[in-house]
This record gives sequence, structure tokens and C-alpha cells, in this order.
Amino acid sequence: MAASQTEALSFFSTTIGKKLIMSITGAILLCFVIVHMLGNLQVFAGQAKLNAYAAFLQSLGGVLWAFRALMLLAVLLHIYTGLTLWFQNRASRPIRYHAFTPTKSTISSRNMMLLGLALGFFVVYHILHLTLGKVHPPFDPADVFTNVVRGFSQPLIAGAYVLAMIFLGLHLYHGVWSMFQSLGLTADRFDRARRGLATLVAVALTAGNISMPVAIFISNMPR
Amino acid sequence: MNFTLRVWRQKDASDPGRMVDHRADGIIPDMSFLEMLDVVNQKLIEKGEEPIAFDHDCREGICGCCGAVVNGTAHGPLPATTLCQLYMRHFRDGDVITIEPWRAKAFPVLRDLCVDRGALDRIMYAGGYITVRTGSAAEANAIPIPKPIADRAMDAAACIGCGACVAACPNASPMLFLSAKVSQYALLPQGQPERELRVKKMVAVAEASGFGACSVHAECEGVCPKNIKLTFISKLNRELIRAHLKS
Repeated sequence: MAASQTEALSFFSTTIGKKLIMSITGAILLCFVIVHMLGNLQVFAGQAKLNAYAAFLQSLGGVLWAFRALMLLAVLLHIYTGLTLWFQNRASRPIRYHAFTPTKSTISSRNMMLLGLALGFFVVYHILHLTLGKVHPPFDPADVFTNVVRGFSQPLIAGAYVLAMIFLGLHLYHGVWSMFQSLGLTADRFDRARRGLATLVAVALTAGNISMPVAIFISNMPR
Repeated sequence: MNFTLRVWRQKDASDPGRMVDHRADGIIPDMSFLEMLDVVNQKLIEKGEEPIAFDHDCREGICGCCGAVVNGTAHGPLPATTLCQLYMRHFRDGDVITIEPWRAKAFPVLRDLCVDRGALDRIMYAGGYITVRTGSAAEANAIPIPKPIADRAMDAAACIGCGACVAACPNASPMLFLSAKVSQYALLPQGQPERELRVKKMVAVAEASGFGACSVHAECEGVCPKNIKLTFISKLNRELIRAHLKS
């Protein structure tokens, strides 16, 4: 094995190397989530606009599949590395405290793994619902707008999306904040800005994504 | 003041241990937490019972020897304070106070509140030194160091190695300690010869000791008696990435 390969292996075998994987894959997924939301917000521009956007994405062909492969790789690495770290972290304290009073950790930092797993299941459901059209028929691959509106008009489906987006916000509130730390890109004087950025990203993505199921559900409520 | 202490009692490393209630009566508010334990232990000894074992040395907050998790917080509820500098006036009369040892796989309990923190020493053996020419002392001003860098190195070197960061971390991660120790050398000219080797060796020993990873909960920063900042962990990450890129 070449020296550079052993070097890389020994780096990624450390928890610091694994956290670097978490932050890079997390950053890739964060970029996707932002673009995904901006694209989807075109639902407010009406049926023609959203369906044209969907047709444009489908017309990308090979590029689309390359992009999907990258996303899948990032998701799998993020989940695998995250679980590896989680098991190691659990094992590092075999006897728990009788009392634990948090000083600085947050609900979101302490539940990253559970929030992440819930989001993983949501992504599978979301793909089955609006990409493959397997879970809530009828489904028309050429009419994304109608598929979305039909889905979000039902309280349980809209509710599931809203809940998942709250989980996403909580996951990102800690994820964005800790990403910079794992990348080694923090300094005391930027601490508050970093907290602010994490809050902004979490709130903007949650609010932006939730606005779609909520608006569609309300506008389609039986009067 | 009177308190009920709910204390972890464990005869030795092989004993499973359990929480036991002890009375702490007639405590003067200006007693330190350790002095309060001294009073309780004196009464236990007079009754012919085993006193509560706990580590302590300087009792002025600079040695890093003492420490216990009090009511769920390492070194108790006051920020930037060692257990010996925590005073009973910070509690309310009649309080039930839970006292537990540092909990980590890498810190096995030896007895009651005493744990083996040898893992932190082994991290230091791995890289906590610099290359110097022994013999006559070097001229103090031969190596100019900018004040902000000297201050930053001192901020890191303020770590007393008490292990509260490990105890408070939900993952029992030693990264705040490790990052302070790596940084205090990496920041100064004297630390440059072993800079890359040091961080690799210290991280390797830490990783092999059974500690967890840093999840950036920041609990360590919340309990550190010397106010070591979380950003040193970011510096540690940079140092390790840099060391691997250079080789």
C-alpha cells in the first residue's frame, strides 16, 4: 500500500477524521436541501412553472443521475460514519450518571442521531411519494404540481412533511454549528456569528419548506 | 446548614457500587465542598464506618486533582470553578446533593469518587514534551513571541488536566483537554520540531484509550474550571489535518 494511502486510512480511522467526513457530507447535503427548497418554492408560481422546472430537471439525463449518485454516496457515508461514531460514543460511558444537568448542549445536539435517522426514513418516504409515486396513488409523472397539491391536501401527509421539516431544522441547528468546528474553521470572535448562521439556516429551511404543505393544505380545506 | 448527600459508594474497582445517602449536618456556609465532605467523613470515622474517598491536593483550584459530578454537573453548579473552590453557600439549606465520580470507560472508578485518570497522563507521555538542548538555561528573550500568540498559548496551557471535560461530555470525549495540550505547544516556536508527530501520537493514544468523539455539545466548555474555549478543538482538528497533509 502506498504511503499516502496508509496516511489517509490512519487519518480517517480517528474520530477527528470521521467528523471531517460527517461535516463534508453534511455540507453537500445542506447545499442540496437549499437548492431543493428554492426549486420547489416555484409551486407558488403555479402549475405551469413548477411542471416546466420538473421537466427541465428530467431533461438533464446523465447529469441528473450523476447528481443522484453523488447524493446517495453522501447520504450513505453520512449515515454509516454517524452510526459508527454513535456506537463508539455510547461505549465510552458504560455506566451512566444518575443525574445529568446540561450546561451548554442543546436538545438538537443531544438528539442528532435520532433526528438524522428520522430524516433518513422521511427521505425514503418522500421519494416513494413524489418521485416514484408508489405510496399515495394516483400519480402522474408529468404533472408534479397536481401530485404535490393532491398529497398536501390530506392532513396526515401534510402533517408528516411539517414534522419532518421541524426535525430537519433541529438537525441543521446543531449540524451547521458543529460543521465549522469539525472542519477546523472556527475562532472565538466568530462564535456568535456561527451560532447566528446555524439558526438562520435552520429557521429559513424549516419555514420555507413548511410553507408549501401548510399553504396547500389551507387553500384546499373544505369550506 | 444541613444537607442530604446522595453519594456513589464503591469499595474497589471490582465492586459494582451504588448510591448511598449520608447526612451532612451543621455545615458552615463558608465551608468549601471538600471541607463539607471532610466533616461528613469525620463523623463516619467516629461511627466506625468507611469515609467517602475523594481526590484532592492544593484546594486552591490550581492542581486539577479534585473533581466530582455534583447534581449532574462536573465540579458543581458554578461555572469556571473546581470542586474545592465551590462553597456550601451556593446551595440551599436542606438540599439533596447528588455526588458521583467522573464517568468514562477510560476513567475506571478506583473507590467511591476516585477515578484513574492515567489515560490523560498517557496522552501527555505521547507528545507533551519539546526538544531542548539541556545544560545551561537559554536566554529568555532569544526567541521573540508576539504577545497575542503568547496569550493564546497561555489560555491553552491553563488546562489543569482535571478531566471535567471528559466527565461532562455526553460522549466522554477528551478533546478539550487534548486540544489544549496540543495547542499550547503548536502555538509556540519551541513546539515546532515535534508539531506534526505530536498531534498524531497524542490523538492515537487518546483514540486507543476508549474515549468518545467530539460532537460539539460544548458541555466541556460549560464545566471547564479554567475556561478553555471550544475553539481549541477546532485548532486540534486543523493541526491533525495539517499533520497528515504534510507527511
